[in-house]
Amino acid sequence: MKKILSIALAVLMLTTAVLTFASCGEKKDNELVMATNANFPPYEFVDDGGAYAGIDVEIATAIAEKLGMTLKIENVEFGSIVGGVESGKYDMGMAGMTVTDDRLKHVNFSTSYATGIQAIIVTENSPYTSLDDFYNMDADGNYVSVKDGVKIGVQQDTTGDIYCSDTVENFGFGSENVTSYKNGADAVQALVTGKVTAVIIDNEPAKSFVKVNTGLKILDTSYTEEQYAIAISKENTELLEKINKALADLTAEGKIDEIIKKYIPAD
Amino acid sequence: MFDAIKRWFQGIAEDFTDNFITGDRWKWLLEGLKNTLIISLLAVLIGIVIGVIVASVRSTYDKNGEAMRLRGGFGFKVFSFFNWLCNVYLTVIRGTPMVVQLLIMYFIIFASSTNGLMVAVISFGINSGAYLAEIFRGGIMSVDGGQFEAGRALGFNYVQTMIYIVIPQMFKIVLPTLCNEFIALIKETAVAGYVGIRDLTKAGDEIRGRTFSAFMPLIAVALIYLGLVMLLTKLVSLLERRLRKNER
Repeated sequence: MKKILSIALAVLMLTTAVLTFASCGEKKDNELVMATNANFPPYEFVDDGGAYAGIDVEIATAIAEKLGMTLKIENVEFGSIVGGVESGKYDMGMAGMTVTDDRLKHVNFSTSYATGIQAIIVTENSPYTSLDDFYNMDADGNYVSVKDGVKIGVQQDTTGDIYCSDTVENFGFGSENVTSYKNGADAVQALVTGKVTAVIIDNEPAKSFVKVNTGLKILDTSYTEEQYAIAISKENTELLEKINKALADLTAEGKIDEIIKKYIPAD
Repeated sequence: MFDAIKRWFQGIAEDFTDNFITGDRWKWLLEGLKNTLIISLLAVLIGIVIGVIVASVRSTYDKNGEAMRLRGGFGFKVFSFFNWLCNVYLTVIRGTPMVVQLLIMYFIIFASSTNGLMVAVISFGINSGAYLAEIFRGGIMSVDGGQFEAGRALGFNYVQTMIYIVIPQMFKIVLPTLCNEFIALIKETAVAGYVGIRDLTKAGDEIRGRTFSAFMPLIAVALIYLGLVMLLTKLVSLLERRLRKNER
């Protein structure tokens, strides 16, 4: 009898402990959880004080303010954002993210709040001066194959990665010629040390990277253009509407432009 | 009811196609497996060479250091310098995370190298060497002292006694722990993706980044690692049985 009692007691204690731990992780109602990859200046980065900053962070803060919620930022790998938003782990994903067909299968996107360009970074004395230089062309100027020795560095799972890893017919470089790094800074470091011949990444982070590393430049021809938007779970249409409304309001107030201008001075 | 089950299976089939068949994504996993195997195998070979050398120096010092100190002389100074060097190596390598070592190797020490795979092999080898060295040292120390004395009495010199008598016996003693270390190494190579190498984990990651489904790629990668380790465990247990034959 005593034994049964003590086992029952042990089970009870264990259950309470597990429940307590489990409830710790629960999301609070008025919290807006945003997933991002804070290595993508000026859209999101960790500032000198160790706090998250950047265009996306400020826009998200403004949106949360409009919705009467508090913003909570989760800094995760870029590739985990869409999956996390889809499963409801995060309320929204905001990481300079482009709308693509594959991503649309899994999440909804808000209206676009910024335009991005995929820029090509090379070293200053690089023999490659335009996108055409990376390819062997036929007489009509169509890309036939990638030139020998061309290695493209990208940030893993970004649109730059997805486009570049595609075949030459689809204006990629073929995945065997692309090396993907965990974040943009690593890709740029690989370029500086000569491990890759060029890095293809969003224009604004590209500018930041070129500024802090000597001996790099951005080519005048860009790789592609694209629209940034916020990823939201397909099940949470209510939040999608709210965020779209907040974005529209903020645009009308000129707040979005103000934030973007703060980080990207017109040149 | 049946409809629900059918839909569930269809969902799985679709998921499978999307993750592995579309765009020949299974080939990524194959390439990843190849790289994981290359890194692990070459690294463990480098690790064994480094480990045996470091363990020999350290165990010799442990066993004979006192006697040599009393004899003194230039030889002892050189020897204790090597022992100190080995200790620094062990402290630094075992005191820092593998990922950090790999990044330092890739971006600082071998900054000008364009062969990421080789850099990974070297840094995993150096890392593994530190752990293996201590395993080997334990093995050498646990070979009975009489074996060593017998070797010397038969006219072998120190190095010969080590190579022909002590180290073969040591290998038998350390084999289970050696296997353990190799298993740990295989799984540790999962961080190779940090320096842009498409190993097994990174291949799964890349599929996940394209299809945004976590289940299929992660479970597939986990199963492949599990299969590798189970195969290895089996091989080592066969080898152990063979080595035990001469004990009768």
